[in-house]
Formats: sequence, structure tokens, C-alpha cells
Amino acid sequence: MWRDAALVAGRDLRVEARSRVTLQQVGPFALLVLILFAFALDPARQTLERATPGLYWVTVLFSALLALARSAALDEADGVRDALRLSALEPAGVFAGKALAVAAELLALEVVLGIGVIILYGAEPAGIGLLVVTCVSATAAIATTGTLYGALVSGLRVRETLLPLLLLPVLAPVLLGATRAFEAALGGAPAEGWPWCGLLAAFAVLYSVAGAAAYGTLLEGS
Amino acid sequence: MTATTSPRTAAGAPQPADGAAAVPAHTGSRTTRILGVLALASSALLVLYGLVISPPDVEMADSVRLMYVHVPSATYLYVGCFFTTFASAMWLWKRTPGWDALAEAGAEVALVFSFITLGTGSLWGRPTWGTYWTWDARLTSTAVLTVLLIGYLALRRLDLDPGARSARVAVLGLLLVPNVIVVNRSVEWWRSLHQGSTLSRIDPTIEGDMLVALMVGFLALGLVFAWLMIHRFRVAWLEQQADRFDLDEALALRRAEAADATTATAATKGTA
Repeated sequence: MWRDAALVAGRDLRVEARSRVTLQQVGPFALLVLILFAFALDPARQTLERATPGLYWVTVLFSALLALARSAALDEADGVRDALRLSALEPAGVFAGKALAVAAELLALEVVLGIGVIILYGAEPAGIGLLVVTCVSATAAIATTGTLYGALVSGLRVRETLLPLLLLPVLAPVLLGATRAFEAALGGAPAEGWPWCGLLAAFAVLYSVAGAAAYGTLLEGS
Repeated sequence: MTATTSPRTAAGAPQPADGAAAVPAHTGSRTTRILGVLALASSALLVLYGLVISPPDVEMADSVRLMYVHVPSATYLYVGCFFTTFASAMWLWKRTPGWDALAEAGAEVALVFSFITLGTGSLWGRPTWGTYWTWDARLTSTAVLTVLLIGYLALRRLDLDPGARSARVAVLGLLLVPNVIVVNRSVEWWRSLHQGSTLSRIDPTIEGDMLVALMVGFLALGLVFAWLMIHRFRVAWLEQQADRFDLDEALALRRAEAADATTATAATKGTA
């Protein structure tokens, strides 16, 4: 299963590296959202600084939608889905591979956004350990959930509009948990943040299991 | 059905089409009619108890009467969600269309009850909390649950191959209750400073006629829930039958055309 996952993840990342859609479109989009938030809210430092964790994660979620739509679209062109079905790769491995590729892209994006909020919003990084663990577990949660829901809507004409409707309410706890954990880390009270990290990790595990179990059914039924 | 001049009966039930006695032409039956009458009668009883007999609350005054509808509908909202998740799991196991229909019925009826819950809740919140909406744990998670149900039904509405659609909505339906639990827990954790459960909060003050009114509310809305579920299930089932019937008919027509075409070609070849 892990060999299959590595194969699929390698393929997705290679396509990404060659097409550069994440680098040239999703990344700039995320930075643009950060700037739009500054326009929408009072650019006086206090408001932005107080809202930084929430704005950061809302931006990650919006950008993740683009990355996930892109990841699902990769399998739709040129009969890739049929090829995957015929390839004897384990469906759980395909799921894990796609989720890993999305997670790698999102982590890179989070680093860029982190630099963005430090420069634009004047955020002072603190509690680095908690920040990193939060990023990793939230990214795992978003990538696994998103890959599963991406498969649910793949091949549909309305997938671009349906994916946010299905995915965002499900990811509400992730937004909540990641934001609280960031607040705790930046506010210098990391002890309050770790339980939220636990929630994020549990969420990621739940959806990894659900996705690995259901992906076969979804591949067949498309 | 062919254009027929056969008059409808007084009860509104159409006459069965010729030779189609096996497929019911309506969703009512003796049981559901009795159930419907009981639901109406208990709703009338709820109006009587809720609005006339039960006294106004000491703190909440007359707005407490909304609770007799609000609390039961919130309960049946969750019952509907459990039906959907259970039926989705059963579909993934058995792959029979009945479970698919049950999942659809559960989600749709749950959505109706979620609107009732949110509507009565915000009407009650206005005089009690002074605002229609507050970021209370239960309000927030009910709102998220409503969006989850809307999304589920949106995926159901799509024009997909029936088999493919069943598989996708079954996976989505299976995740419904886990999602609800995770959202509930996280939001409650987030808002843990606010207040405890409403039921335990109004529990101490509820007694006598008010308790009876709440129980009547549970009974009346439970009967309404059951009536809606049965009818919605039957409609979904009939829709599936109709789809399959249409498909079979279309296939038969195409086959007949193809057969005609082959005989025609054979005939031309023969004469040539």
C-alpha cells in the first residue's frame, strides 16, 4: 500500500512541479487573500494582529480548496481514473498518495503564508513547537478530508461549486482547532493549545481511515 | 400513464392503471392513514396543552411555549440523521435500493426539522437572550448540521448514473453522524464557557402541565416524523421504480429498432 502511495504522490507532485499551477496561481492567490483581509478589516495593526490566527487558517482553507480541486481534476483528464482502476494499485494507496501530495503542497503554502503574516500583519512567531505540530496535524486533516470529498464530487459538472459546500462545514472543527492552537501559541500559553492539536490529530486519523476504506467504493462507482 | 378520463375518487387516490396493480399508485396505506389521523389529533392536543392549558413560565413567560415544539424537533432532527447514516451503512453492505431510499427520506425529513429547530430557537432567543442568534455551542453546531444536510441533498439531486450516485451518497451519508459528533464536540469545547444543555437548564423548572405539554410535543412531532418518513420513503422508492421502468422501456424500444434495422438490411441484401 505504501509503495502505491509513494507512486501516486510522486506522480501528482511531478505533474505539479511541471505545470506549476500551485506555485504560480494558488500561492499568489493566498497572499492576495491576506491583502484583501487587510482591506476589509481595519489595517490598524491591533485588529489584524488579534485576528491573525483566524485569518491565516481561513486563507489556508480557501487555498486548499483550489489545490484539492486541482488534485481531483488531475484524475479526470485522459481517462486516468479508468487507468487507476485497471492498474491494480490499492485504492487505499491511491488515496494515501493523493492526500500526501496535497499535504506537501499545503505545507509549502503554509510556510509562504506564515512569512506573509509576519511581514504584512506584524505577527510575532512564538511557541514554534506548537505552531509546527498544529500545521502538520491540520494539514493532514485538510488533505485527507479534502481528498475523500474530492473523490465524492469528481467527474461532476458542478464539482467546483459543490466541493466547498460539502467540504467547508466538515472542516469547521479543523478551522476552530487550528485557530485556537495558534492563538495559544502566539499568546504565550501553549498549554491551552495542545488539546486542540489532539483534536486535529484525531480528526486526521478519522478521515484517513474513512478515506482509505471508502476510496475503493468511490473509484468503482464513478 | 395514458390520458384517461377515469374520475378520481373522493379520497383523491387515482384509479390504478390497467395491469399495474403490483405498483402502488399512491403512497398512503391504511396504516399511514391511521398514523396521519393520530398525528393530527396529537398536534391539536399539543396546541391545546401548549397554548391554553400549560401556564406561562416564571422567567421566560409565554416564550416557553416554543420549547414544546423546539426541543422535540431538535431531537427528531438527530433521529433523522441517524436513519441516514444507518441506512447508508446498510446500503454499502447490502447494496439494495431500499436502503438508499431510507437514507434519502431520513436526510430530507431531518432538514425539515432542522429548519423548525433553528426557526423556533431564534424566535425564542429574541425575548430570552435579547438576540436572534448567539454563538452558543448548540446553535452553531445545528447550523453546521443544517449545511451538512443541504450538501448531502445537493449531491443526491445530481443527474448521475443511479449506481454511481448511490455509492457516493452512501459514503457521504455514512460520514454524516461522525461529522455531527465531531462538530458538536469541538464547538462545545470552544464555547464551553457559555452555558450547559438547555434541557438540563429548563428541567428543574419543568413540572406539571408544562411537563405534560413537552411530552405531548414529543408524541405529536414523533408521529409527524414517522408519517413524513414513511411517505418520503415510499415516494423515493416509487421514483426508483419509475426510473428503472423508463430505462427498461427505452432499452426495449432501442432493441426493437435495432431488430427492425437488421431485418431491413437483411431484406435489402437478399434482394440485391
